[in-house]
Amino acid sequence: MSLLNLTLAQASKALHAGEVSATELTTAYIKAVEELNPRLNAFITPTPELALAQARDADARLKSGTATPLTGIPIAMKDLFCTAGVRTTAASKILSPFVPPYESTVSAKLKAAGAVTLGKANLDEFAMGSSNITSAYGPVENPWKRTGSDAKLVPGGSSGGSAAAVAARLALAATGTDTGGSIRQPAAFTGIAGIKPTYGRCSRYGIVAFASSLDQAGPMARTVEDNAMLLNVMAGFDEKDSTSANVAVPDFTQALTRGVAGKRIGIPREYRLDGTNPEILALWDQGIAWLREAGAEVIDISLPHTKYGLAVYYIVAPAEASSNLARYDGVRFGAREDGHDLIDMYERTRAAGFGPEVKRRIMIGTYVLSHGYYDAYYLKAQKVRALILRDFQQAFTQVDAILTPTAPSAAFGLGEKMDDPVTMYLNDVFTVPASLAGVPAMSVPAGLSSEGLPLGLQIIGRHFDEETVFAVSAAIEKAAGFNALPELRAK
Amino acid sequence: MSLDAATVRRIARLARIRVDDAEVETLQSELNAILGYVEQLAEVNVEGITPLSGGAQMALRHRPDQLSDGGIAEQILANAPDRVGNFFAVPKVVE
Repeated sequence: MSLLNLTLAQASKALHAGEVSATELTTAYIKAVEELNPRLNAFITPTPELALAQARDADARLKSGTATPLTGIPIAMKDLFCTAGVRTTAASKILSPFVPPYESTVSAKLKAAGAVTLGKANLDEFAMGSSNITSAYGPVENPWKRTGSDAKLVPGGSSGGSAAAVAARLALAATGTDTGGSIRQPAAFTGIAGIKPTYGRCSRYGIVAFASSLDQAGPMARTVEDNAMLLNVMAGFDEKDSTSANVAVPDFTQALTRGVAGKRIGIPREYRLDGTNPEILALWDQGIAWLREAGAEVIDISLPHTKYGLAVYYIVAPAEASSNLARYDGVRFGAREDGHDLIDMYERTRAAGFGPEVKRRIMIGTYVLSHGYYDAYYLKAQKVRALILRDFQQAFTQVDAILTPTAPSAAFGLGEKMDDPVTMYLNDVFTVPASLAGVPAMSVPAGLSSEGLPLGLQIIGRHFDEETVFAVSAAIEKAAGFNALPELRAK
Repeated sequence: MSLDAATVRRIARLARIRVDDAEVETLQSELNAILGYVEQLAEVNVEGITPLSGGAQMALRHRPDQLSDGGIAEQILANAPDRVGNFFAVPKVVE
């Protein structure tokens, strides 16, 4: 069997048993990146020399007995995590010259555990998008194809490069970030698993900020177990992030075998939207049946403000983005365009450095925060956000976890859903509410569409109860037995 | 509520993004589509509801107001588009 087919857990065992070296494993992945990245564009900046140096260090640790379960595991780092000495672009032109002098907490933790970084993964510009088409470094191609068609499909977004890399065997796992669905929707579109942990679980320090009250880092990998192993390392309190949660981090892998017997699973009726693809609804019903067979009690619940989630999100996220992105002014770092005075320099720098979607969101955010409109838009959205949180809090008095589809469709074609921004935003309809409430949510591959494309189910849990999310996700994974592979993959 | 061209220009100015005349029309229709979509929030009754500003389920921490880092001017300036000595340089502001 090719080294590339091992899961993270299997590779970790093989490394510790001395059956394979970190250098061999890393070399296999570097070859895979060289072979397929020119087509998929999953990495903006591959770092093969750095990866080999890290692999040699990992081999030394494995020999000396100081290795962790992640030592020697080759991963892709979303290019939103600042990496000391390695260019960090956020997929934006405005950051094209930026080489951070410091390391994000999450990437530092992975580095300290001995993980090997293969490079910086592509994404939507500043993580704003659901298809990876807004990257200034070109779109990412989904390694999956519709049966009998060679049409290029999107990998989802914003963590589209991370998702495509893991699915196509260009990385064993990846980091992602999720603001409104940016881990879960691309995971669903590429047939892998990914978790957005509770807000505050992983430090945001050193992650290029998009919407600070929503941004959360998380892992993306081929199995639920692999995700648990990664989150064990990525999570934890950090003084450098003012919203980091000082909450103990359990060993998430211990939750995988808990099963769901006696667990109460909520099925929110408001997620059964008019016009939803019947295949998606059928998969959801299948998921319900699997959990019931595994001994769970299935309960119909109501999350009455679900339909307002997207509208709240598309006020709150742009408002925070307009504030966060004010720092890109051509003065302290990043690209600059000359102007005849300071204001002209700012305006030219930002006009040239930001792509159309980022400009749109900054402008919407500027408007909803501006004098005379703040109460009508931003304050109103924050109040409805409070109601969305209350919906979840009330639901979690009756149930232990919630099951929904991850996305309203399978991966779509490059160039589709481009008519207007709102059509693209609808991709996030099932993922945004959990982001607004700050609760953990995971996408697990659960089946194929009639066109042969992967579909995901989403498991939502209580604040800081990722363990139940992992337990339910593992049960879905086991029942689904999803083992389909994308057409484009390194072998 | 619908944005006119002058308002689009004013927002762009506030956001410090230069837009040329050809862009104004596109932006106007895109921004209006988004604002049209979020209009539905008007129907939600939020009387007595405290606005939720963050995702964290806890109050912000305090920390002592002390220096914890420093002496790294060279690292900070390494990414500057323009510098003069240990300062960021910008076009002349005062004549």
